[in-house]
This record gives sequence, C-alpha cells and structure tokens, in this order.
Amino acid sequence: MTINTTSSLPVATHRFFSLSRVWALALNTLIELTRQKVFYFLLIFALLVIGNSAFMAQFSFEEEFQMLKDVSLGAMSIFTSLIAMLATAFLLPKDIEDRTLYTILAKPVPRFEYLLGKLAGMLLLLLSSLLLMSALFITVLAIRENMVISDTLRQMQGMSQNEVTAAILKVKTSALNINLLPGIAIIFIKAALLVAMTLLISTFASSGIFTALVSIAIYFIGHLQATARDYWLGNVSITWITRVFLAIVALVFPDLQAFNLIDGVVVGTAIPLLLFIKVFGLGLLYTIIYYLFAAFIFSGKEL
Amino acid sequence: MKRIALTIVFLLAFGALRAPYEIMLQDSEKSAQFRTVVLNLTLREQIGQTSFLAALSGFRSLIAAFLWIDAHIAWEKTEWGRMAGIFGIVTTLQPHSVLYWDMSAWHMAWNASVAAAEDKNQPSELLRKRAQHQYFDLGRSFLERGILNNPDKYYLYERLGALERDKYENHAAAAAAFAKAAALPDAPPYIRRFAAYELSKVPGKEKEAYHMLREIFDLGEIQRLPTLMKSLQEMEKKLDIPQDQRIQVPAPSREKK
Repeated sequence: MTINTTSSLPVATHRFFSLSRVWALALNTLIELTRQKVFYFLLIFALLVIGNSAFMAQFSFEEEFQMLKDVSLGAMSIFTSLIAMLATAFLLPKDIEDRTLYTILAKPVPRFEYLLGKLAGMLLLLLSSLLLMSALFITVLAIRENMVISDTLRQMQGMSQNEVTAAILKVKTSALNINLLPGIAIIFIKAALLVAMTLLISTFASSGIFTALVSIAIYFIGHLQATARDYWLGNVSITWITRVFLAIVALVFPDLQAFNLIDGVVVGTAIPLLLFIKVFGLGLLYTIIYYLFAAFIFSGKEL
Repeated sequence: MKRIALTIVFLLAFGALRAPYEIMLQDSEKSAQFRTVVLNLTLREQIGQTSFLAALSGFRSLIAAFLWIDAHIAWEKTEWGRMAGIFGIVTTLQPHSVLYWDMSAWHMAWNASVAAAEDKNQPSELLRKRAQHQYFDLGRSFLERGILNNPDKYYLYERLGALERDKYENHAAAAAAFAKAAALPDAPPYIRRFAAYELSKVPGKEKEAYHMLREIFDLGEIQRLPTLMKSLQEMEKKLDIPQDQRIQVPAPSREKK
C-alpha cells in the first residue's frame, strides 16, 4: 500500500515579482496622498486659469490666448515639479514614522517592489493631476475661443465669406493647438524623472526636509547642467580644477533643460515626432535608472 | 555606505554614457527652434535675480507673460519709455513669439510715436518730430529683430512693409518687405498686391511694377480689385503700353429704370 504524501490543499507560492502587489502599493500611496489633501492645489490652479482668463479679456484675443497658455502651462509645470519633489521627499520618512514600512516589509514584499509601488503611486498622482489641469485649461480656452468666434461673427456681419473665414481661422490658430499635447506629455515625463530622483535621494537621506532641499537644489543645478557640460567639453580656457568640477556636475546631475520644450510650444513651435520620442525616451531612461539605483541602495539599507 | 559609493560610480558611468546622447539631443532641439534663447548677465540685471532664476528653471514663458501684463499697465499710464524696456526683455525671453514682436513694434511705431508728436509738454516742434522718429526707429528695430529670430514668418515682413509705407513713406523698402512676405509660406494673396502697389510708387521701377501688376491681374477675376485695376492702368499710361496689350476694363453698367 502506498501513501499519497502530496496534499490536496492549494499551496501558496511566493513569486519574486508581483504586479498585483505593486498595484496595491501604488493605490495605497495614491490614497494616502489624496488624504493629505495634495489635490487642493488644483483649486489654486483653477483660480489662476479662470481668473487669468477673466482678467485677460481686456487684451486683444491673441494676447489673451497667449497669456492663458503661458500662465496655465507654466503653472502646470511648477505644480507638477513641486508635487513630484515635495510629496516624494516625505514618502519614506512618513512610512518609517508611521511604522507602515515595517508592517509591509515584514510580509513577503521585496524592497524593490515596495519602492516601485511608491514610484507608481506618485506617477498616478501626477498623471491624474496633470489630466485634471489639462482638462480645465482646455475647457477654459475652448470657452473663450467660442466666445471670441461668436463676437467676431457678430462684428463681421455683412462682410464677404472669405474675410469672415480668414478672421475665424486667425482666432482658431491663436487658441487651442494640438501641439500643446506633446508639451504636456513632456511636463509629465520631467515630473516622473524628478520623482525617481527624489526617491533615490530619500533612500540615503536622513530626513524628509533634507531630501526636499537637496531635490530642489538639484532641480536648479539640473537646469544649468547643459551649460556646465558645454564648458567642460568646449574649447574654453579654464583651470583643470574647474574642468573637473564641471565634469562632475555634467555627469552626476540630469540635464533638465532638455525637457523645457513648453516655452517654445506656447508660441506655436511644434515638437517633431522624432524629437518628442527622443526627449520622452530620455526621461523614461532617467526614471528607470534612478529607480534602479534607489532600489539598490534601499535593498541594503538598515531599517 | 558601500552601496552609496557604488551608486555614485554608477551615476558617473551613466553620465558618461548619456553625455553624447544629450549633446545630440541639444542640437536636435536647437534645430527645431527650442533652446535657442541665451540668458545672459544683461538680462539678469534687467529682470532681477529671482525672475532670472525662474527663467533659467524653465519658466521663461511665464515670466514673459507677467512682464507683458506689466507693459500693459505701463501702456494704460502712457509710460512709453518703460514699455520699450519691458518689450525688450519680453522679446528676449520669448524670441519666437511673433505676437510679442508685432505688438512691441506696433506700440512703439504707432502709439508712442503719435504720443511723442502730440506731446504738449514739449514746445519744440523739432524735438517732437525727433522723438516721433525715434519711436518709428524703435518699432522698425523690433520688427527687424523679430524677423532675424523668425525668418520663416510672413507676418513680421508684412508689418515691416506696413511700417515703411505708413510711417516712413519709403515705398521701395515697403515693396521689398511685402515681396519677401508674399514669398513665404501661408502668406495671404493680398500681400503680393501690396508689394506691387508700393513698387508702382517708386520712381524708375514702373516697368517692374507693371509686370508684377499684370501677373496678378492674369491670375483671374478674384485678384482684379479696383485698386489693382487703377494702378495697372496708371502704369500702362506711364509706360505707353500699346492699346491692344492694355487691360479691358468693363464699363460700369447702368441700370434701366
């Protein structure tokens, strides 16, 4: 007689990587940040866009639309960058303080997965914020565009069809432009890079404030990185110490100027598809590399 | 600590790997009209350190927008000198905005120049005229710099043509500017007519003007506007074009009662 030693009960197997675990962590991060009333900044954005639109009504329609685009996209860029750095800076310290981190890591959750969940949660927050801001901005712009078009039609009653069509075309080309969308996507990828960079800093930083301050400092240095690189590699007569210093700046810090395409987009410059792919790809690469470095440090960190 | 040190080494290696790509990307962005603005120390003195830092951090358009509002306030107070200064900064911050160049030139050459010519605080007619011409020059300078930064935009050439025609009454320069505008993509057909009208007013250019006007006339009924017909008939008379080659203008029809 043989005895069947295998149990008929299902055996829970632990997988090295689980998307559902990452998703659960991401959703939890998003809910936590929502509870901290991060979305309240959207009210300020709404006030800025609607108030700006009302104030600008005294300008010519071209000026009004230009200002609306400048202020709205500039505000989107500021808000997403600030949220990316400040909210991420306090993610790990808060989890340590609340002891949530220990509860999660006591379960079979690898540290790299925990960090990936945090990163994904932040990206979800940024994506939803950016979508809401874009929707508000596009709605206000479309409403103003329609108002200007009806005013133009009323003022041009009795004129030839060609003149009316030309005037309407001028209003439409000054207002909503499809080229704005790639610009908004670049704002998102720049914010994603900042999240991953801040996450990397927070894995070895001693406090949230320190992480936030260092991130903001890197944000400014990152916008000058290209200048440092040009001096480092250019035929400029500088001392070797300066050259070494510039090389370190160019090699360690990200080139954030590469993502500043919005200044051109608001004045109607279109981003060619290939350039968009290159810039977005670079942002994605930075995000992945910074996340991998963060996971590497965090996996050996004593908690 | 060992992991942090290793990460720094990895960061440096990653930096070395991405540097050639970023240089190539910088060139691609420049050729697509991005990253072409040079923020120098003169600009820093003009806009202050905070705004300069913001402009460096990717908020150029935002700073330009706020400064434009400031210029609008200066306009309401008719502070023309301050406006000129602000326009200089705005156009430096956003050199690819046709709107900023156009509006700056318009305020200077059309509004400030009239204000200077009618300045009650200046009793000297000569000085008033001088100030008026200085504003014309300032307007032209904005348009010329705008064209240098946006050579493919017809609108700035068209505005330059209008400035030469209306303010300087330099028909040759106006014709040249209109002709350049007409040759650019998206230029509306009226600009070509403007170039021909201006050329017809330049002594010694009658033959060229005639050919240009005739070419436009031959494009069809839609181009045969009263001003074009009148200019063409004048050129035909001046150049003594044979009767059989002259345009046939239909006599105005009389309605029977």
